[in-house]
Amino acid sequence: MYEVRFHGRGGQGSVLASGILAAALVEEGKYAVSIPSFGFERRGAPVVSFLRASERPIRQLTNIYNPDCLICVDPTLTRSVDIFAGLKPGGTLIQATHKPLAELVLPDTVGRVGLCDAVKIALEVFRRPITNTLMLGAFAKTTGVVSLDALKRALEHSDFRDAGLAQNMTALERGYAETTVHQIERRVAA
Amino acid sequence: MSTTTLEKPAVSAPKKQKVMLCEGNEAAALAVALARPDMVAVYPITPQSSLVEHVASLIADGKMDADIVDAEGEHSVLSVLQGGALAGARTYTATCGPGLAFMFEPYFRTSGMRLPIVMSIVTRDGITPQCVWGGHQDAMTVREVGWVQIYCETVQEVLDTTVMAFRIAEDHDVMLPVNICLDGNYLSYGTARIELPDQSDVDAFMGTKDVNWHVALDPLKPMAVDPLTGGAGGKGPATFVRYRKSQCRGMQNALGVIEAVHAEWAERFGRSYAPLVEEYRLDDADFAIMTLGSMTGAAKDAVDEAREAGKKVGLIKIKTFSPFPVEALMRALSKVRALGVVDRSVGFRWNCGPMYQEVLGVLYRLARESGTVLPAMSFIGGLAGADITIPHFHRVIDATERLLDGPAPTEPVWLNEND
Repeated sequence: MYEVRFHGRGGQGSVLASGILAAALVEEGKYAVSIPSFGFERRGAPVVSFLRASERPIRQLTNIYNPDCLICVDPTLTRSVDIFAGLKPGGTLIQATHKPLAELVLPDTVGRVGLCDAVKIALEVFRRPITNTLMLGAFAKTTGVVSLDALKRALEHSDFRDAGLAQNMTALERGYAETTVHQIERRVAA
Repeated sequence: MSTTTLEKPAVSAPKKQKVMLCEGNEAAALAVALARPDMVAVYPITPQSSLVEHVASLIADGKMDADIVDAEGEHSVLSVLQGGALAGARTYTATCGPGLAFMFEPYFRTSGMRLPIVMSIVTRDGITPQCVWGGHQDAMTVREVGWVQIYCETVQEVLDTTVMAFRIAEDHDVMLPVNICLDGNYLSYGTARIELPDQSDVDAFMGTKDVNWHVALDPLKPMAVDPLTGGAGGKGPATFVRYRKSQCRGMQNALGVIEAVHAEWAERFGRSYAPLVEEYRLDDADFAIMTLGSMTGAAKDAVDEAREAGKKVGLIKIKTFSPFPVEALMRALSKVRALGVVDRSVGFRWNCGPMYQEVLGVLYRLARESGTVLPAMSFIGGLAGADITIPHFHRVIDATERLLDGPAPTEPVWLNEND
C-alpha cells in the first residue's frame, strides 16, 4: 500500500489531481482509491485529498493519517497548515516552490524531496497559478510510483478538452522535466 | 450409480467489462443508465448532487433515454415519480438528509401504493447541529416506512446493487420501493476502480420490462387509486389490515428475491456479494463485530490484523437492513459468544445505535432457542463525516473481546468522542 496526501488551496485542483493520479495508477493495472476532504471548500482555503495505491484491491475507505508521500501544490501553504503531520519516516515531499532545498524548513521525517517552481511554469503555460498537473509530473519524476505515460493517458481520458488538454499535457511534461530530486541523508547520532 | 446433470438457465458469457475509475455517485448514475428507466426526477442536495448531475449529463449526452423532471423540491420529485410509476414507467431518483425529510409524505405513500420506485439515499447525518456530511441518520430515521433498504460497501457494489434494485423492486412478489444507501462522502466522493458491465448483458439480466402490472393509469380504463381506507366501521378496519399485511408479506418475500437476484448477478457478471448478511472470518471466531456500509472495509482490515495478533474475531456485515434479515443473522450470531455493533447513527430513544437496537430482537430469539444470552454492546462512530479508522476498529475489537468474560457496558461507546 502506498499512501499520498495532497495539500492545496480551493481552486488549485488538488482533488482533481488526486483523481487523475488514481486513474493513471488504474491505467497501469494497479488498484487506487481517492477520497477528497469534505466541507464547503472555498477558493483559497486549505484543502486536502487522499490517495491509496496497491497491487491488491483496497478495502479501507478512510482518510490518510500516515502518508508515504506529500504533494503540496501551493508554495505558501506551510505557513498555515502542518502538512507534515504523520508523514512516515523517510517519507517523500513533492513541493511547489521557487526556493532551493537549503531554504526549506523540513522535519526529520522527510527523506526525499522533489522541488518544482510550479507557479512560475503555470503562469507561463496557463497564465494562471494552476499547479496541479505540474505537480503530478513532479510526483512521477520524484517517486517513479507512476509513469509519465500513464499520467498522459489519464489526462486524455479526463474532462480536459482541446486547448485545455494541450496546456495540461505541457504542464505535465514540464513538471516532470523541471523537477529537481534530492535525497536527504540523516546523520545518525553516535 | 447414475449421475444427472441439472440444466441451468443458459447464461451467455458476459462481454468484457470496461475498467474505469469513478466516484460512488457516478457509479450509481451509470447503474441507473444501465437499468434504462423511463423517467427520473431530481433535486440536488449535498452529498447527492454529483449523482443527479451525472444522471442529467448522461441524458443530455444521449447515453440514457429517460425523461428528466427538474422538480422544484423533493416533495414534488417523489410525487411526480408516483404518477410516472402508476402509468407503468420505470422510475428513479436520489436524495438524502433534509431532502428525504421534505419528501416524507409521498415517501410513506410510495410503499403503501406498492410502487417499485428506486431511490438512492446518499446518506447524510441529521440536522441540527447544521452539517452536510455523511452518516446513516437519514436512512435510519425512515427505516419503518415500508421501503426496502440496502447498504453498499464499495463503489463497485454501488454500481452492481443499484442495477439489481430495479429487479428487486419490480419483482411481482415484492412490488415495493427500494432505497440503495451509499455513504455520503466516503462512498459518494470516494473514487475507485470499477468494472462496468456491457449494456447488452445488463439488458439480458433485466429481461422484459414489466413495471407496475397491478395498477396503471390508463385513460381507457379509468380507476381510483389510493381511496380513503380504514376507520372503525364497515369494511374499513379489515381492508386496512389487508393493505398492511400485504406490505409486510412483500417485505418478507423481498428476502428471498434479494438473494436470488444477487445469485443471478454473480452468475452473469462474476461479482458475488452476500445479499443479506456477510460473514467474514466467522466460522472459527469467538466473538464478532458488526458493521454497515462503507466502514466495513477498514473493519475487515482491522479483523485481519487482530487475527494475526491471535484474537479470534470475525465480522458480520448487514447489507440488507430492511427487511431485517433475522434468519440470516440468527445463523451468523449462533457462531459467536460476544458481539460489538458499530452504528453510524444515533438511536435517541434507547441511548444506543439503531442497528444495535434491532439486533437485540434477534438476540432475544437466539436466547430462547439456545438458552444463553449473547453479551453485546453498542458503538457509535462516523457521525457527520467523521472517520472510522482501523485504530477505531481495534478499540471495538478489544472492548468486544472483554465481553467474553466481563460485564457488558450499558452505555454506548462514542468512537470519535476524543478525535
